[in-house]
Amino acid sequence: MISRTDLPLDHDAHARFLPWLIAFMVYLAMLAMAGILVLNNTVTRWDRGISGTLTVQAMPADGSLDVDAKVLQDALAVLASTPGVLNVTLLDRDDTLALVEPWLGDMADESDLPLPRLIDVVIDPDAGIDTEALGRRLAIAAPGVSVDDHRVWLDRLVRLLQTLQWIAFSVVLVIFLVTIGTVIFTTRTGLAIHREAIHVLHLIGAYDSYVARQFASRALWLGLKGGAIGLAFAIPTLLAIGFFAERMQMETMESSGLQLPHYIAIGVLPIIVALIAMLTARTTVLRTLARMP
Amino acid sequence: MSNLSSDLVVRFENVGLRYGLGPEVLQDIYFELEAGSFHFLTGASGAGKSSLMKLMYMAMRPTRGLISLFGRDVAITSRKDLPNLRRRVGVVFQEYRLLDHLSTFDNVALPLRVADTREAEVRKHVEELLTWVGLENHMKAKPATLSGGQQQRVAIARAIIARPRLLLADEPTGNVDDRMAYRLMHLFEELNRLGTTVVIATHNQQLVERLAHPVLHLDEGHLQLPTKTRGIYQDNDGEDSRPAMPYDPDVLNYL
Repeated sequence: MISRTDLPLDHDAHARFLPWLIAFMVYLAMLAMAGILVLNNTVTRWDRGISGTLTVQAMPADGSLDVDAKVLQDALAVLASTPGVLNVTLLDRDDTLALVEPWLGDMADESDLPLPRLIDVVIDPDAGIDTEALGRRLAIAAPGVSVDDHRVWLDRLVRLLQTLQWIAFSVVLVIFLVTIGTVIFTTRTGLAIHREAIHVLHLIGAYDSYVARQFASRALWLGLKGGAIGLAFAIPTLLAIGFFAERMQMETMESSGLQLPHYIAIGVLPIIVALIAMLTARTTVLRTLARMP
Repeated sequence: MSNLSSDLVVRFENVGLRYGLGPEVLQDIYFELEAGSFHFLTGASGAGKSSLMKLMYMAMRPTRGLISLFGRDVAITSRKDLPNLRRRVGVVFQEYRLLDHLSTFDNVALPLRVADTREAEVRKHVEELLTWVGLENHMKAKPATLSGGQQQRVAIARAIIARPRLLLADEPTGNVDDRMAYRLMHLFEELNRLGTTVVIATHNQQLVERLAHPVLHLDEGHLQLPTKTRGIYQDNDGEDSRPAMPYDPDVLNYL
């Protein structure tokens, strides 16, 4: 396929930088892709981990030690009327004390400590409950009642990660577009340089596709070469990032590391880039030549 | 179109050609070439010989008039169909136009390769022909390392390797000695005898006189009718001058 060409495309100075450019593109694309996959893992895990339950907290009014029973009733009513809520359990004072004991010790036994009451809520993960809206409704119906912060916080974090994912995805897209643009530019330059030889090929009876095949196989080869270089740099980088992430004891990242399918997905990137380079070169040649008389 | 006989390889009718907004370099050209004919094209430098050749090998389109090749109107032939038409035409370009980076072998192999000929067959035919033109020891040489005469022979080999039905040669013997010139002319005549229509543009008056073929003479863009008619414009007299032998695809084996 690549063994013989009628055009000396190998010797074009402008084509020599192409593998390095593609290598750089592939390198960046692989890091971005790895980022997307790690974020995706994390988001999925966090989302699943927290999406089945919800904690609602009722604070006692100022000066009183316990939460007003009516407030609790109102809060439970709001929760019961919320679609997607499967089960609601009000923890009694003893359960709550048991929860804070690790921090406060026996001190918590003193009944003069104002203690919040907690409501354990089991929700349908697929119902997509808007915790912030629920929190607002609870606050209106039952003053002093709120949805536990960590859920809201995690919700925001998940959304942030999803945004980051989209940004990384856009980066991959931009990299692809830049690669296509570069190949178009390189191919057009090649067509201009070899104009005379291409003219001779035409006069001899070559179809445009014959000329396009030569540029396409060259682009595929340069793309694979660039992809291999990019891969050679990206793999150690990813391993290094993984190593340092582990050493920093980033618990959140612990099980979001890349697994074999992810490495395969990342490894396919250079091949995709090479194929894109080939198709781009072919299309460019055919389009450019079609405009010739 | 309907009156075009398939025996007509080339037909020019009222053809004019100008470059850009310049004057017409070819004016009111009218001629027909029957299959199997052999013509010289003569004329002073600048008379339009090369322009006429370019029109015949479809490197340019005329500014006016009708050109048909093998019975097909070139003007309405789509870009997609041109390669097929061009494969029937072998051209020895005046400046050879060999591809510098390709070896002698690869240059000569081009017309076969663009037509997707099997590589084994390419090898066989190219080696055979290169041996015949005396370049068997230069198969791997690049054009730059060859002499002018050797380059010319490569160009000729490339033009005839695919056994064209029309052979156009622009000054094909300008750079070779007399012996080689006659040897090459013999090659052209042999091809012609086997059915190829041949047009040779040349300055070499001696050659034109020695080989009694009809002459198309260009004078400042005007074409004068053949001085020695043999085989063209004979619609009424029959076709006696045409070779009886059918086109033989294995022409090279006989050379």
